[in-house]
Amino acid sequence: MLTKRIIPCLDIKDGRTVKGVNFIDLRDAGDPVELAKIYAKSGADELVFLDISATEEKRKTLANLVRRVAEKVNIPFTVGGGISSVEDVDILLKNGADKVSINSSAVKNPGLINELAAKFGSQCITVAIDAKQINGEWMVHLVGGKVPTDINLFQWAKEVEERGAGEILFTSMNNDGTKAGFANEALAVLSSELNIPIIASGGAGNMQHFCDTFIEGKADAALAASVFHFKEIEIKDLKEELRRNGVEVRL
Amino acid sequence: MKIVIIDYGAGNIQSIKFAIKRLGYEAILSSDAEEIKSADKVIFPGVGEASSAMKMLKSTGLDKVIPTLKQPVLGICLGMQLMCTYCEEGDTEGLGIFHANVVKFDNKLKVPQIGWNRIYDLKSELFNGISEQEFVYLVHSFYVKECEETIASTKYGVEYTSAIQKDNFYGVQFHPEKSSDAGEKILENFLKI
Repeated sequence: MLTKRIIPCLDIKDGRTVKGVNFIDLRDAGDPVELAKIYAKSGADELVFLDISATEEKRKTLANLVRRVAEKVNIPFTVGGGISSVEDVDILLKNGADKVSINSSAVKNPGLINELAAKFGSQCITVAIDAKQINGEWMVHLVGGKVPTDINLFQWAKEVEERGAGEILFTSMNNDGTKAGFANEALAVLSSELNIPIIASGGAGNMQHFCDTFIEGKADAALAASVFHFKEIEIKDLKEELRRNGVEVRL
Repeated sequence: MKIVIIDYGAGNIQSIKFAIKRLGYEAILSSDAEEIKSADKVIFPGVGEASSAMKMLKSTGLDKVIPTLKQPVLGICLGMQLMCTYCEEGDTEGLGIFHANVVKFDNKLKVPQIGWNRIYDLKSELFNGISEQEFVYLVHSFYVKECEETIASTKYGVEYTSAIQKDNFYGVQFHPEKSSDAGEKILENFLKI
């Protein structure tokens, strides 16, 4: 049986790991390659690197980092952050990334999803969606959650699937940084309505939150950053707890 | 030992090269028939869509070369699927090395299957030192049906072929280069055949 995935997310700025609290304050949590190796050894199923730097050197720095990670790490990893063209994706995949994640660029140019899926295959195209529940309705946000749109989360998710995305990484802006649990109601709707895997993101604070997002939220994978980076949760302990609760995991 | 990874423009081949390097060997990438024929071990990777990958193979003439190879050959993911008789994806005629068809997962399942799943009924030196029910990393929408040449199975809705062997030809649906320590062991076993 296919197992549920636990995915630490490493925010990267100028080649270093950082973690934003509510996407704004940044704290240094080490060298990305060293951290990735530790996570691979400790039982992480996959890694996500999210590049939040905005320098002109960005593309080159990121490609170098991807290459260093691919050399040292024997589990799959996804790279995201500011990817907006077929050329960007080509460079990252050629340097050893397994998947790329696109976000704002897909909203601005939905045809990009079709182009990328046709050229590289759906399996390596993750579409990340940041959304916030406003007056009961889930609305898509851009630029790391800072810019609201009038696009409905569920309609956009359906379109993303139809255009050829291989999976969706859904971050709830209401939950992100709160450590109060994932947005399980919205996740369960996404998971039932869509036929591609859904990664839950935003709100992880304790082990019960992961159980809940897999059982109630029907998520296929769960992503978190600070609870892993600051060792509040050990992945091995988390997986044992999940298994005790009847969730299939790789242990 | 000369290890050649067939480079025909399909997918992420750096990862395989890096995994081989972590095992202490060097691999070269090549699309040259003579280079491939002279290798001790050949790896046939593949990621993407079957019919376009097959077109790329045909345009380089490698579709004629691969079935005639005498040394151990390992097809990975789409590489393994292309070594089969027929792929439903893009209505594609395969290389016909393995006597099996490749079909799409049921629509009731989430497709692609992405993640870690178990391999069992292991029947090959490829799995020396690997336990039954070991976890491997898979990403795919189409699968090889079970057949006489199956040497490992996996369950996702159906039980299907996750590894296959015919004479010197081996195929794995999973990515050994991304399947943690178990994957590296399987890759090492192949290099030692």
